[in-house]
Amino acid sequence: MSAGAESAPVATLRRIGAVAVFLWRIVVQIVPAFAKPRLIVAQIYNAGGRSLVIIMMSGLFVGMVLGLQGFDLLQRFGSEDALGVAAALGLLKELGPVVTALLFAGRAGTSLTSEIGLMKATDQLTAMQMMAVDPVRYVVVPRFLGGFVAMPLLNAIFCGVGLFGAQLIGVSLMGVDTGAFWSQTQGAVRLDDVVEGIIKSVAFGTACSLIAVYEGYHAAPTAEGVGLATTRTVVTCSVLILLIDYMLTAAFLTTS
Amino acid sequence: MSDLATNTPPDEAVIEVRDVRYAIGGRTIFDGLDIIARRGRITAFMGPSGTGKTTLLRLITGMAHAERGSVRVFGDEVSTMRSQELFALRRRMGMLFQNGALLTDLDVYENVAFPLRAHTKLPESLIRQLVLTKLHAVGLRGAARLMPVELSGGMARRVALARAIVMDPDILIYDEPFVGLDPISMGVICRLIKQMNEALGITSIVVSHDVQELSEIAHDSFLLSGGKVVAKGTPDELRRSDLPEVRQFMGGLADGPVTFHYPAPDYAKQLLEEAP
Repeated sequence: MSAGAESAPVATLRRIGAVAVFLWRIVVQIVPAFAKPRLIVAQIYNAGGRSLVIIMMSGLFVGMVLGLQGFDLLQRFGSEDALGVAAALGLLKELGPVVTALLFAGRAGTSLTSEIGLMKATDQLTAMQMMAVDPVRYVVVPRFLGGFVAMPLLNAIFCGVGLFGAQLIGVSLMGVDTGAFWSQTQGAVRLDDVVEGIIKSVAFGTACSLIAVYEGYHAAPTAEGVGLATTRTVVTCSVLILLIDYMLTAAFLTTS
Repeated sequence: MSDLATNTPPDEAVIEVRDVRYAIGGRTIFDGLDIIARRGRITAFMGPSGTGKTTLLRLITGMAHAERGSVRVFGDEVSTMRSQELFALRRRMGMLFQNGALLTDLDVYENVAFPLRAHTKLPESLIRQLVLTKLHAVGLRGAARLMPVELSGGMARRVALARAIVMDPDILIYDEPFVGLDPISMGVICRLIKQMNEALGITSIVVSHDVQELSEIAHDSFLLSGGKVVAKGTPDELRRSDLPEVRQFMGGLADGPVTFHYPAPDYAKQLLEEAP
């Protein structure tokens, strides 16, 4: 049966299966890919280093908004000293991983998909196969690992800058006591909260990188095909991030 | 050069395509295709656009598999090879793509060094010597640090040629090497194909529809049309052929067995119909 004649659920199942098979091809090639560590380091820089500016700017503004909204809410209960706790927990457990992943999908994810898609459209992947070089090992795996490693690092930077933004508004503008801001934060934030954020960002990094490289590798080798693949990356990653976030949040709350 | 290449007689068939049928999307590309390329010779596959010349290369290199018939390279059946065997076979082949297919994130030097780095553990000094030797052979030693985007079409194809020969292959495959080139670049590529064949003894497969250029370099030619070989021989023999398909192709005639118009409904009737 052709793909066009399939019902939507069957097509979705088929696509999930294809992504799973592709993930297996990547996993099998991860160890061999470490024979060329320079390729992986370059892709960590591509996915992470080149996303730094947008992540830091977004983190700062999100933190500042948290500072404003948090202060407005907490002062109604006379608890404005807890602003640091509210901002830190909000950033570490939710906003940090989710917003970082959404920005990552828009910046690095689209870049990965279009780069691999264009390599396919210009016969570069076929040329590699003709040189007896597996494109999955040399092109896909380094980019997948680059995203996988970069995401938690970007998340940490986002949270750090965000907390600085919240402190900037809360302490410098709204007059919250510096000592109260930081001591309450230090006392209330547990290791579990940090781990939750790290696990989420690792899960988002895996999902986004996988979808981005899958879509690029399977893009139709035309300008339109690459454009469609790039769009699918953003849409699929965004929905997946929010779905995984819900599932992980529910799981953490159930087990805590 | 490999043991196999040195131990085989000069006229041995390196590539044998027998009674191949291949269809894609319900459209038959080949039906009953027979082709032979002999060692150390330049074999040209010619034919009108859309006749399946590039598809034939995909069959030979194991990127596509025939529905029926046999494709043998160095005596081994390509369609039954596993991926490791295919990769081993491809290490003995070099391929020049229509657009060069250079890796755009690497400079010229690194593009040529790519197969060496992927398959060998040669010291950097030796890799440098090999890369510079091959770049010198195509006249682009001075362009080693240029990026692919800085190259003209002809230069990109010469770099791709240097990359294709850097592993000293037994077979070199050229897919439309003359397309989009100015006369000077075309002459340079033509001369390089001939030099590679004569100096290195490489079996060369050239897919093209540029009759004039192929006449200068090809030892054997196959003219493909309608999914099979309609004529074979030297380019001069083809030129003297009385077959209508051959006369149309070699003479560049609009009318002949290959129709100018794609199948369509009656012209007048369609013009008078209301627009949908």
